[in-house]
Formats: sequence, C-alpha cells, structure tokens
Amino acid sequence: MSNKPVKHAQAAAEFLEDDPHRLFHDERLWDMRQKRDQQMHGMPEWQELRDRASRIKEHTLANLPTYLEQFEENARRNGIHVHWARDGAEHNRIVAEIMGKHGAKSLIKSKSMITDECEMREYLEPRGITVTETDLGERIQQLDHQLPSHVVVPAVQKLTGDVAKIFAKYYGTDPNITDPHKLAEAQREAARPVLLSGDTGMTGGNFIVAETGGFVVCTNEGNADLSANLPNVHIATLGIERLVPRVEDLGVFVRLLSRSALGSPITQYTTHFRGPRKGGEMHVILVDNGRSDRLAMPQFWSSLKCIRCGACMNTCPVYRRSGGQSYGSVYSGPIGAIIDPTFNAKKFSTLPFASTMNGSCSNVCPVEINIHEQIYDWRRVLAEKHDIPFVKREIMKMAGRLLAQPRLYRVSIEGTEIALKTMPRFVLYNYLNPWGKHRELPHPVKETFNSWYRKNRLKTSTKKEHESA
Amino acid sequence: MKIGLFIPCYIDAFYPKTGIATLELLEKLGQEAEYPMDQTCCGQPMANSGCNKDARETEELFVRNFSKYDVIVAPSGSCVHHIRDNFDAIEQTDAVKHIRQNTYELVEFIHDILKVREFPWAEFPHKVGLHNSCGTLRALRTASMSERNEPFFSKPMDLLSAVKGIEFAKPKRPDECCGFGGTYSVTEEAVSSRMGLDKVTDHHNAGAEYIVSADTSCMMHQQGCAERNGVPIKFIHIAEILNGARA
Repeated sequence: MSNKPVKHAQAAAEFLEDDPHRLFHDERLWDMRQKRDQQMHGMPEWQELRDRASRIKEHTLANLPTYLEQFEENARRNGIHVHWARDGAEHNRIVAEIMGKHGAKSLIKSKSMITDECEMREYLEPRGITVTETDLGERIQQLDHQLPSHVVVPAVQKLTGDVAKIFAKYYGTDPNITDPHKLAEAQREAARPVLLSGDTGMTGGNFIVAETGGFVVCTNEGNADLSANLPNVHIATLGIERLVPRVEDLGVFVRLLSRSALGSPITQYTTHFRGPRKGGEMHVILVDNGRSDRLAMPQFWSSLKCIRCGACMNTCPVYRRSGGQSYGSVYSGPIGAIIDPTFNAKKFSTLPFASTMNGSCSNVCPVEINIHEQIYDWRRVLAEKHDIPFVKREIMKMAGRLLAQPRLYRVSIEGTEIALKTMPRFVLYNYLNPWGKHRELPHPVKETFNSWYRKNRLKTSTKKEHESA
Repeated sequence: MKIGLFIPCYIDAFYPKTGIATLELLEKLGQEAEYPMDQTCCGQPMANSGCNKDARETEELFVRNFSKYDVIVAPSGSCVHHIRDNFDAIEQTDAVKHIRQNTYELVEFIHDILKVREFPWAEFPHKVGLHNSCGTLRALRTASMSERNEPFFSKPMDLLSAVKGIEFAKPKRPDECCGFGGTYSVTEEAVSSRMGLDKVTDHHNAGAEYIVSADTSCMMHQQGCAERNGVPIKFIHIAEILNGARA
C-alpha cells in the first residue's frame, strides 16, 4: 500500500466542480438522513435502544475472546467450518484454498466491506478466479474499478448517466438509456447467468451470534440469498467485531440498523444462517485484520462498535459535499476518518482533518461512538507523530508563541487592520491565501475592542499603569 | 460576582462592536465586568489542529489573565467549548479547574445564571435566521438538536423572543454546520466555502434579512461566502440585538 497521504481537500474540490453530481449527492444523502429522523421520531425508545446497543457492543468487545470461542464451538456443532484469519492476506489464502479444494473458479458474492478491506478481488483474480459482485451498487463500482463510496450505497456518487456509460462498455447496452429501471434490468440480465453458474457463494455478515453459532445478513436486493444458496459452497467473511452474545440482542440491532441507514424500518431481507443446507458446505472466516490492535487503543477501541449503517456519512456535511472517492479508502466519511488511520496512519493522516468536528455524526450513531471526539484525538496523535504537513506544524508553533505574548500580539493585530485597509485586492486575494479563494475577508475596522476599552472603560489609574508598563 | 470578560481574538480585531455590545449588555443587566487587557486567545486554533503542545503557553496566559474572576463570560460558543471541554495542554491545577468550570457563553450566562428573560430596550424589526454554531448546539447544548429524539428547546430563541418586532425565518437545515471549523476553513477551503454558501442561501431562501448567532467566527466565514457570491443577507451577533441594536 502506498504511504502517500490521501489528498482529500483536492479530490473534494474536484468533486464540487460538477453541479449535477454535487447537488444529487448532497440531496440524496440528506434525504436518507431525514428519513432516518422520521423513523427515530416514531420510536419513543430510540435513545434507550442506542444506549443498549452501545452497552451490548462494549460488553462483547470487553469479552471478545470468550464470545468468539463460544461462537466457534456452536458453529462447528452446527456443521460450519470455522477459519481464523489474522489479516487480509491470510483471509484471501483461505478463500483460495477452499475454492481450490472444489476446483471452483467462479465466486459470486454479495456486498461486504471486509473483503474490500482484505483486497480479496485483487488476490483472487490473477489466480484465475472470477469474482462477481451481485449487489447493484457494488457491481457498478467493481466494473468501474473503484472502491465503494459509501458503506450502504456504494455507487451513490454516480448519476444514472454514469451507470449507463459503464453498462454500455461492459454489457453492450445503449449508453443513452438512463432510466433506472432499464439499468437495473440490464444488471439483472447480466447477473442471472453468472449467479446460476457460480460454483462458490460468498456473503459478509452484519451480526454474529455467539450463543447459536449463526450469523445474520441484512440486504435489500436479495442478492445475498442468491449468492449463499445457489452454489453448494457458501463462504461467509465476518469481522470479529460483528459479534453479539445472544439472539435476543438482535432485537436491538436489527431495529436500529436500517432505520439509521436508509430510514426504513427494516431491510428487505434479514437472513439468519445457522448451518449448511443438505449436501452443501458452509465456511465462516473470522477476520482480525487489525481489529485486535485497535481494541488495545485506549482512545479508539470503541470504533469497533460500528455496525456499518452509514448514518454518520449521510449526516456529515463534509462527506456529502466531497463524495466518498475523495477519502481514497474502503471506509469513507466520519467513521473512515477514525478507522482508516488504524490501517495506515501516514496514508490516511489527512482524513481526521477532513472534518469541521461539528459532532452531528456522533449524535446519529446508533451505537453511540464518539466519532467527532475521536477525530479530535486522532489529530493530536498524528501531530505528535509528525504526520501532519510541516507548514501547518510550523504555523501552529508560531501562532502558539505569538498568542502567548500579549504585547507582540497587540502589535500584530493592529497590523492586520492596516493591512486589510491598505493592501491592494490582488495581494489579499491570491493563491497563497486559501481563505480568499471563494470568500471575502472580514472588513477592516477603525479600532480594536482592546483599544476601545482602553479609551472608554479603563480607569485612569490602571491606564497609566498599563502605559508605563 | 466578579465577571472577567473574554473577547476572542477575531472579535477584538474584526468585530469590536460585538465586544462592546456584550459589555454594555452585561452592564445594562446590572453586572460589573472587567476586561483584562493582556488577553489574546484561548488556545483553540492550535489544539484543534492537533498541536496541543503549542497551545500550552497561550493557555497559561489565559489562566494568568482570568483566574481572579468568579466567572468568565465570552460572546463565543466555540471558545467556551474549548475552555470547558478541551483546555488540557497545561497541568490541571485548581486555578485551571476553576476557570474551566466557570466559563460561560454569553447566552447561557444570561439564560441560566442571571435568568433574565426581558430586554425592554431591545427592538429588532427584522426577519432573522438563527444560526446555532456546532459548539453551542452539540457541545454546550444551548438548543435541542435534530439528530436526537428530544423535546425542542433553545436558549438563544428564549432570549430573542423577548425582543420587540423580531421575526424568525425557518431554514430547511437549521442544524447543518456552516463549514467554518477553524483551520478547516483554510485546509479544505473548497468544501468549507461550499458549505458556507449553502448555509447562507438556505437562510436567504427562508426569507431571513439577517443571520443572528452567538458565534462570530461562523458568521465571519458566512459573511465572506455571502459577499463573494452576492447573497443579500446581513449578519449580527445576538449580543448586539439584545443590547438594543435596531439594525
């Protein structure tokens, strides 16, 4: 993985240049946020559910080894093959081995963020295995060689015209037909034969239940059920943090998930997998990939509570205006800003700065992750590790010195006033001054508050004291 | 009650009339407030950039300036949020703890401590859009937020409702951040300015002649966006309206 810091500001500025994309993206996601609000208002116990969800996750994470072993034992008893993967590479190897054993060449899969995290397609495809995404948005992103833009709606940054062009290129459809129903139909036509001939199916999993050894997959398109049930072999890739202790805990999470994500009461399909069907084979790969390390980070471990609903992205005014691609990572938006640096602190060092720290994310989060406070904490960690630009570091050092010396500061403030009044416009508004690129500077004033106070309020005696000092 | 008046740097330099209105308003409400002449800043710019160590001396100076007061009042929610919640570059002595526990944003000070609801001298015959900064909304909690399932409350609205002739515009996204975010406004100027323009446009479309706020920093940014793009809307700090400004 390249270590070059992601240029979020630049990519976001480019995204903003095209009005149709910018407007659609902001409105579409804001609409999801508003629908989420409506669902919340329909449930007086909303806050209680959030508290409970958060507590269940905290309890589970605090006892993760015990619950994982409990899950493993129960899953094996159900006839599931359980594998453990320390990282993405190990996960990918396990998938290739399972498929190799069956001589399988075609993997049909539903949406799963963790396989993107493991860069599984990049590993399997050179080994002669065809990977087909069956979620519509994820398939669009796969064809366009892009990472998902959003954890729930992966192609939300694209307009129907963009999709029509991609389908024309790969499916031979008419690039001028942009009707969403026609596009969905084209995908259906293209996907069905692959689904029917696929020899291995793969899903992710939203929740793993320790006491039953089962797991739950929530989707809206039904593609996960096809992926899991058509082929004889079903592999489920599950992040170890997806665990809950009991079946009844699902009553909390399933009620929160889709309401937070899309503003719908529940996903179209909520499938509970317990074991292989007759004659079939079921594998579960429990993936760590940095999660244990994160669990040991005092400020950041609670980000593992995340249930990947995307509510923080939908509400984030910065994300809505930057587009998911600008984050250059599998996880974008506010949750990405706090978990991406755990994968690569240098590469993702810019993401905690891609935020106004307005706090809306933390307040929509169904599991009460203090996202904006973790963004603040990451900034400190990164600054201390010198993973912020040199110029910024130096400016802050100078600002710190200046603001600690009242007299020097006074002189510089009076200077600002004169500068604003007398400097020609081209000096104040140039490429060295990012403030002035899309904004006017504040107006110059006759006198500062400090000098007004000195003249109008300061008692004569104190005034003399100050002047002689 | 001995009040120390904290006038943040950008108000001092660019919006002195907000500072003057704050002082005059406190005086009208029978309070004696003093402005320590050697004050500069609370340290937030450095701390928010991650450079907390660089905030150390600024925070020390702040403590030297303000530890002798019973309470500290500032017409800026964002600075008060920093002092209350993040002022930790220096050792947490009793003086520091005292300051952190007794610093108030102007609206909450009038609303919760002085418990004043009447401003007989105030009249503002205009339609205004209220902008709650994210610091006041989600950190100081001076108003209910749309993200939560909670009953409506708004301390700034409680105070402004006592002003004769005032009318309120209803923007579509009242709680959306305006994009200022301190150094964010410079490091991500494109997104920041877009958010600012969207914000002022929302208020303008709702019929607001003025945007009123307890945070000058947000308004400085919004004003810059409005002026550059020709959005005809004016800006005023809540202290000025409560102090009796007519326009």
